[in-house]
Amino acid sequence: MNATIVEAVNDALHTEMAADERVLVFGEDVARSGGVFRATEGLLEEFGHDRVVDTPLSEIAIIGGATGLAMYGYRPVAEIQFSGFLPPAFDQLVSNASRMRWRTRGEFTASMVARMPYGAGVRALEHHSESMEGSYAHIPGLKVVIPSTPSDTKGLLTAAIRDPDPVLFMEPKRIYRSFREEVPEGDYEVPIGEAAVREEGEDVTLVSWGSMMPMAEEAAANVDADVELVDLRTISPMDTEAVVESVKKTGRAVVVHEGPRTGGVGSDVVARINDEALMYLEAPVERVTGFDTQVPMLSMEDFYFPNPPRIAAGIERALSV
Amino acid sequence: MTDRQRTDLTPPEPESYGGPVEYLSQDDLRVPTHQLVTPDGEYDESSIPDLDDEAFRDLYRWMVSDRVFNRRMVKIQRRGELGTFGTTRGQEASIVGSAYTVAPDDWMYLGRAWTAMFMRGVPMRDMILFWRGIEESQQSFAEHNSQIAIAVGAHLPLATGTAWGMDIRDADEITMAYLGDGATSTGVVHEGLNLAGALEVPALFFCQNNQYAISMPFSEQTGANTIAQKALAYGIDAIRVDGQDVLAVYDAVMEARERVKRGEPVFVESVTYRLDAHTTSDDPHRYRTEEEEQAWEENDPIERYRSFLESEGLWAAIDHDAIVEEINAEFDAALAAANDFSEREVSEMFAHVYEELPPELRRQLTEFEQFLEEHPEAYDYIDQRPKG
Ligand SMILES: Cc1ncc(C[n+]2csc(CCOP(=O)(O)OP(=O)(O)O)c2C)c(N)n1
Ligand SMILES: [Mg+2]
Repeated sequence: MNATIVEAVNDALHTEMAADERVLVFGEDVARSGGVFRATEGLLEEFGHDRVVDTPLSEIAIIGGATGLAMYGYRPVAEIQFSGFLPPAFDQLVSNASRMRWRTRGEFTASMVARMPYGAGVRALEHHSESMEGSYAHIPGLKVVIPSTPSDTKGLLTAAIRDPDPVLFMEPKRIYRSFREEVPEGDYEVPIGEAAVREEGEDVTLVSWGSMMPMAEEAAANVDADVELVDLRTISPMDTEAVVESVKKTGRAVVVHEGPRTGGVGSDVVARINDEALMYLEAPVERVTGFDTQVPMLSMEDFYFPNPPRIAAGIERALSV
Repeated sequence: MTDRQRTDLTPPEPESYGGPVEYLSQDDLRVPTHQLVTPDGEYDESSIPDLDDEAFRDLYRWMVSDRVFNRRMVKIQRRGELGTFGTTRGQEASIVGSAYTVAPDDWMYLGRAWTAMFMRGVPMRDMILFWRGIEESQQSFAEHNSQIAIAVGAHLPLATGTAWGMDIRDADEITMAYLGDGATSTGVVHEGLNLAGALEVPALFFCQNNQYAISMPFSEQTGANTIAQKALAYGIDAIRVDGQDVLAVYDAVMEARERVKRGEPVFVESVTYRLDAHTTSDDPHRYRTEEEEQAWEENDPIERYRSFLESEGLWAAIDHDAIVEEINAEFDAALAAANDFSEREVSEMFAHVYEELPPELRRQLTEFEQFLEEHPEAYDYIDQRPKG
């Protein structure tokens, strides 16, 4: 089928709910209204009120409740309406979901998914624009996945639902509907923990994910260099090998992400390159990221996140040494 | 300041012994809803608040102002001059009746109650700027000791905290926090309330139960029959009021204020209805019926108050059309002023992160400014949209 990212989310949920009756979908406004982005549209009609549930406005209980359901054998897919409203429930991720397996030496697990749209660019007020994957990647025991294409969205969400561990599934809402592509029908899984090389190249490795991928692609097309474009897809656990192998080939690298620079996932990418490919580097690894500021409200938000010219300038710096 | 002397804990002494296990049940609670003017416009003269004619007219004017402001905001949003906007239509009595009690030095935390901000002097222009996503609007709100909570419920502990400070200082002002029915399902609201109850601080919590949190009807938001009763669990007395009756809301909140000023927090549940969509991006017919909406349209707070004014002989002195015209003119001026707001320098994004820019942040700013100068093509991707 031909689908956008948000339609691929919907398709993955339909398919997995039909395949496995342990799968439950819940969150604020997901059932009757089909979600504020329509990601859960039609699920209530198909699977009924027992499996598709509008919850009270309670992020802590949504994530904590999902954890409890998972311990009891269900496969909950909880929606947080905007990633900016996850922070109260951060506690449940840190203190319960991510350590249930560890705490009980594997007797209980939290096989659950928390889905949430993230990122700026949808013309919103405060708390609707953050990219905090760096904070979430810092939690041991939690997987963090960020797709950038419709088919990856379907495949990775399917894998996340089937994964034995808790997965935070961050959806790039700015590109929810910005393009379509062919998405496999029915059962389709893309393994968590594997990056994808989108374009092969010899001169420089460009690493990015999620909402920044279209920007990175555009920048790569605009520079006078043969760029290898790597879509990380899973932030944690990261596919270090894919990045390192590419850098060993090109000798240069640029990491692009939307979230703040300090403590961002880009720092970790650089560290891994330094750990395993330092001697192959011909130039320092460049980072093109959001700034260490709050994301402005809609009026100034375009200043905040990397755009193709900023990324192109980063590529040129990496090539100039 | 509240007396915080410790008292010794004593073992419980039940009134009687023996007999079956007894439940403490919400069904045994009597939760009255304060109403002064019935939907049919009937009232008992002796319980009407003692206001002068000007105040009675003022209440009407503010309610109409709220309605006109909302109408105009939706209109400019549809023209692409705002991001989104959520109206307060249907909640005029709830908002105006409560905010009319507020003193200039009080602190306010707001949910869906834009006109409450205007009533304390915030220029209409700044509310337009807010919905255009321009941070200076929030500075203006703050200059009036108020702010809007976008993270639902997150402001309740702030309200408790400022009220705590007022208690320590033995100040004359109080803190008033608006919240919605949905907010009462968040953990943070309950921590904020509990702290207020435990410390006994001068905080007035005003919950507008407009029956919906986006698509979620109140009947499914909680197992509790009312929101008012939730306050009791924290030792906070509550009042439930008909939010479509502006005089009842005013009366209830005035009564609550007296108690709050004596150092006891009070929680007010105002029973009202969000007549429009949650915001301009929402379609309520996905989750509620037109019949339901119609029933509440007929419970219009402005109409009810008008019939009261007519009965009191105050209506003759009110020129409704002139009020609408005045508010429209005020809105036109506010919109023109908002449209005059010019694009900001990129440094504005870095200002106010900290009092002083740390070296790394200064470096990020300098590099970015230099980049923008050298790469004007970046502006193809940057659009400030100061006009929405
Ligand atoms: C913590 C949090 N979760 C989710 C949201 C998204 N959201 C915005 S308003 C809203 C409903 C709020 O309902 P209520 O408290 O009743 O206020 P109302 O909109 O009815 O005034 C939701 C879910 C949010 N802003 N904050
Ligand atoms: Mg509400």
